[in-house]
Amino acid sequence: MSESNQLLVRRIRNGTVIDHIEAGKALIVLNKLGITGKDGDIITVALNVPSNKIFKKDIIKVENKFLEQDDTNKLALLSPNATINIIKEYRLIEKRNIGLPDVIVDIFKCPNLRCISNSEENIHSNIRVIDKKDIILKCSYCSRIIKINDLVS
Amino acid sequence: MSLNHFYKKDIVSINDFSRDDLNRIFKYTDNFKLLDHSIKGELGKGRTLGYLFYEPSTRTRMSFESAMASLGGSSIGIVDSKISSIEKGESLADTIRIMDMYSDVIVLRHPFDGSSKFAAELAENPIINAGSGSEEHPTQAMLDLYTIFKEKGNIDGLVIGIVGDLKYGRTVYSLLYGLAKYDVNVYLISPPSLAIRKESVYEIEKNLKLKEYNYLYDDVLKKLDILYVTRIQKERFPDIQEYEKVKGTYKVDSSVLEKSKIDISIMHPLPRVDEIDYRIDETKNAIYFKQARYGKELRATLLTLILNENPFNEE
Ligand SMILES: [Zn+2]
Repeated sequence: MSESNQLLVRRIRNGTVIDHIEAGKALIVLNKLGITGKDGDIITVALNVPSNKIFKKDIIKVENKFLEQDDTNKLALLSPNATINIIKEYRLIEKRNIGLPDVIVDIFKCPNLRCISNSEENIHSNIRVIDKKDIILKCSYCSRIIKINDLVS
Repeated sequence: MSLNHFYKKDIVSINDFSRDDLNRIFKYTDNFKLLDHSIKGELGKGRTLGYLFYEPSTRTRMSFESAMASLGGSSIGIVDSKISSIEKGESLADTIRIMDMYSDVIVLRHPFDGSSKFAAELAENPIINAGSGSEEHPTQAMLDLYTIFKEKGNIDGLVIGIVGDLKYGRTVYSLLYGLAKYDVNVYLISPPSLAIRKESVYEIEKNLKLKEYNYLYDDVLKKLDILYVTRIQKERFPDIQEYEKVKGTYKVDSSVLEKSKIDISIMHPLPRVDEIDYRIDETKNAIYFKQARYGKELRATLLTLILNENPFNEE
């Protein structure tokens, strides 16, 4: 991160920095990770931060929260190039590679409105990752092929 | 020792069955047909088939009931959401759990995609999907494939035309998923507004040679070994004139037969309205009634396999 960007997004003492989020996705990430700010900890969100000469990115810093593996999985789907940095006492103690799980349970809804997982039944959505490279998913119930954009939108 | 691979298995999607599985089912159906009535009548004796039809389908239900009766078993069930507990707000899950206690195998038709998969997770006893959502009707696909196999002696190498409502026809998708396991050429013929849904054939397009047409062109017709006709429903058209225009286009009559291969087989999942001329019924090309008979035999065989560990006394 360049000097000017560092100023833009204040350093945190303990917590998680989610960097290199695809520009424009930070608010969705906050929402899907359930980061609401209700517990009073400082959350800094920066949108459209210049990443290099061409691209822009979003950054989220959450104080006193350390992302769980499950959160990492969600992030992998929302913004596969994002990076997770765990900070303790101002030090980067862990840089986590994000990776897609084989199955995503109860996080995203199947985009097929006629899918039983979207019915009134008491049922957990169950979406399998069938191609990790191109991110192609498949609903375990209706078998519909799901692309990443179908999920996020 | 259980030799029967299908004992206590669910039949949720045709995609859960390999080509070997299907060939095995065809073989078993051949064996089943040779059995004496009295032997057939023992295969389901004292067993109950429970059907839950959240959409009415008299034919499919009768086919299963008749199949179960031929095995000496009985059927109980609910038809159509209007008269069932669903109107009182009972969940599918609860209805399945109850039916699971009353029956040995559950036959389910439901408007939601994936409903049979969900039911199979809940029920102890096997679930047979008799049509779920817009894409799956596995026993129909099996009987269609079996019919083709019996009539042509082979499925590989055939050229198969499917004509009519390809967008909403559940049997069409299920059949395509089944055909994708074989080496066939498939011509899809429909008006543009009723063309196949791309997202539903995404996975099979690699295996299946699909070509799309808007008319039953003579050039297409003369290549076909099988013409699978489906009903075009009036309700699908916002404009009645549009419907009138389209429906005649695909009508199968003697002029169609004249332009076809001499041994073309005409199939239809039934019920038909007027998409096949009644004069075709008399020809040897018409195999849709045979198809219905094969359907009953294949379903009786599936029930036999699901309910009995080793029904054909295999070593
Ligand atoms: Zn689904």
